[in-house]
Amino acid sequence: MDRQILTIEENTQLTRDTWFMKLTGNCSEISAPGQFINIRLDGFFLRRPISIYDHDDRWVSILYKLLGRGTKSMSQMTPGQTLDVLLPLGNGFDVSLCTEHTLLAAGGIGMPPMYGIAKELKEKGITPQLALGFNTKEDILPLQPFEDLGIHPVIATADGSFGIRGFVTDAMKTLNYDYVCTCGPEPMLKAVYEQMPDGQLSFEERMGCGFGACMGCSCKTKYGSKRICTDGPILMKDEVIW
Amino acid sequence: MSHDCKTGGNPLSTELCGITLDNPVIPASGTFGYGQEFARLYDINILGSISFKGTTLHERYGNPLPRIAECSSGMLNSVGLQNPGVDHVIAHELPEFRKIYSKPLIANISGFSIDEYKETAEKLDAQDQVGILEINISCPNVHNGGMSFGTSPEAAAEVTSAVKEVTHKPVFMKLTPNVTDITEIAKACEDAGADGISMINTLMGMRIDLKKRKPVLANQTGGLSGPAVLPVALRMVWQTAHAVNIPIIGMGGISSAEDVIEMMMAGASAVEIGAANLVNPYACREIIEELPAAMEELHIDALSDIIGAAL
Repeated sequence: MDRQILTIEENTQLTRDTWFMKLTGNCSEISAPGQFINIRLDGFFLRRPISIYDHDDRWVSILYKLLGRGTKSMSQMTPGQTLDVLLPLGNGFDVSLCTEHTLLAAGGIGMPPMYGIAKELKEKGITPQLALGFNTKEDILPLQPFEDLGIHPVIATADGSFGIRGFVTDAMKTLNYDYVCTCGPEPMLKAVYEQMPDGQLSFEERMGCGFGACMGCSCKTKYGSKRICTDGPILMKDEVIW
Repeated sequence: MSHDCKTGGNPLSTELCGITLDNPVIPASGTFGYGQEFARLYDINILGSISFKGTTLHERYGNPLPRIAECSSGMLNSVGLQNPGVDHVIAHELPEFRKIYSKPLIANISGFSIDEYKETAEKLDAQDQVGILEINISCPNVHNGGMSFGTSPEAAAEVTSAVKEVTHKPVFMKLTPNVTDITEIAKACEDAGADGISMINTLMGMRIDLKKRKPVLANQTGGLSGPAVLPVALRMVWQTAHAVNIPIIGMGGISSAEDVIEMMMAGASAVEIGAANLVNPYACREIIEELPAAMEELHIDALSDIIGAAL
């Protein structure tokens, strides 16, 4: 992890409340899907921690949802602007633990880390299953990057406007798997947890520093307390306590 | 207030109770862990000292999440003194600390009864890495209906004398600003034998989640820190410097070299920097590097010259 000054190359709106941003600069330390970046914003005290979507040594991309004033100000930024970013943060998913029959399950803005896992699994010759849940058809995030990897997502929408009516757990019922990597809002994680035989879950929490110094995001696990920002955000199924 | 300080040719040097610091910059307890995360980014031996994470007698998980909320120019925290307990700190954290930091440390101690303060202080006093004991009296006294030790001059004095009995090292009492007259508390500590005052701890605050219609923090209230509190901290240090003769470590919202100078002019012999480390892990290094230029701009030859200059 280090502080980098990154330059905005692209900042585009994808859906009514979700944007895509690509940043260039030194991204060579990123080492695992599920890691995140912590962005300093002018006029806001705390950084904004956002999951990495895709990356190379010289760029990183994120999807971010407009949830508050900070993310709203991000949507107004323009290419050429620079940002002070701490990256990479977090432990990331351990892809070496994924089986041949791995399912990636995500809800809403939980989707980005699934893409990184999908790319790594394909490189190992594994084609994962993919279940994605959204509120409504208009909220569906780009599926083409997965299709390009030969992965055909099973989609669920809460209002039934596309795919299966229901949640990602309903989409999961149509699939066969023995290992799950999942990311999304906590109620979704809990529902997936109850259905998954084994796997890894990506949690989120309000953070202070984001790099392990302040204990602001420390949660209880079966094996002691863990900082979501540093010992997480990915926890193994067997250590999670609700 | 007078002080003796031989800078030995180092214009940033300052002194606390006979301990010379290379510079007045000290990361505040709770914002720097045990140095490990920052040592990966820069050589933390440049720091004047470090006040490490608050230690209690027993291990504490701390408060339920969320523990963090944002404010304008600041933040709330309700971490709740999460720490592995004094025995673990002595057996594990301090030996690891020795590998990355070689100057005297400030051991920040919290307790929920007089006996807990004494026992924890006695154990940390025995550690040669510890130069100063910093006693956090913002904690509730479980034997007195949960009233904070730091809100009563009598309770503050009682903790001070109890800790003084078990150590020969300098004892700095860390005061809470959530009181009507902090100088009363400071004077009571000085009268009870405190060697110095650390101030201020966080201001009690709250944020409310508009969608959920309830407090953001699981603990409901939390401590406000960051630039928003600097004027309060300055005022309290200035008032206290008029009231006591013992040295003050000033803290609360410092985030620049100029802020360090301002706090020293208010009466502080050294400063602690807290929230700034969370948003910029290089904050303390940058501030130390920027001090010489700030001093030159303000015609300050040696930092020790301006301690209490505004009194």
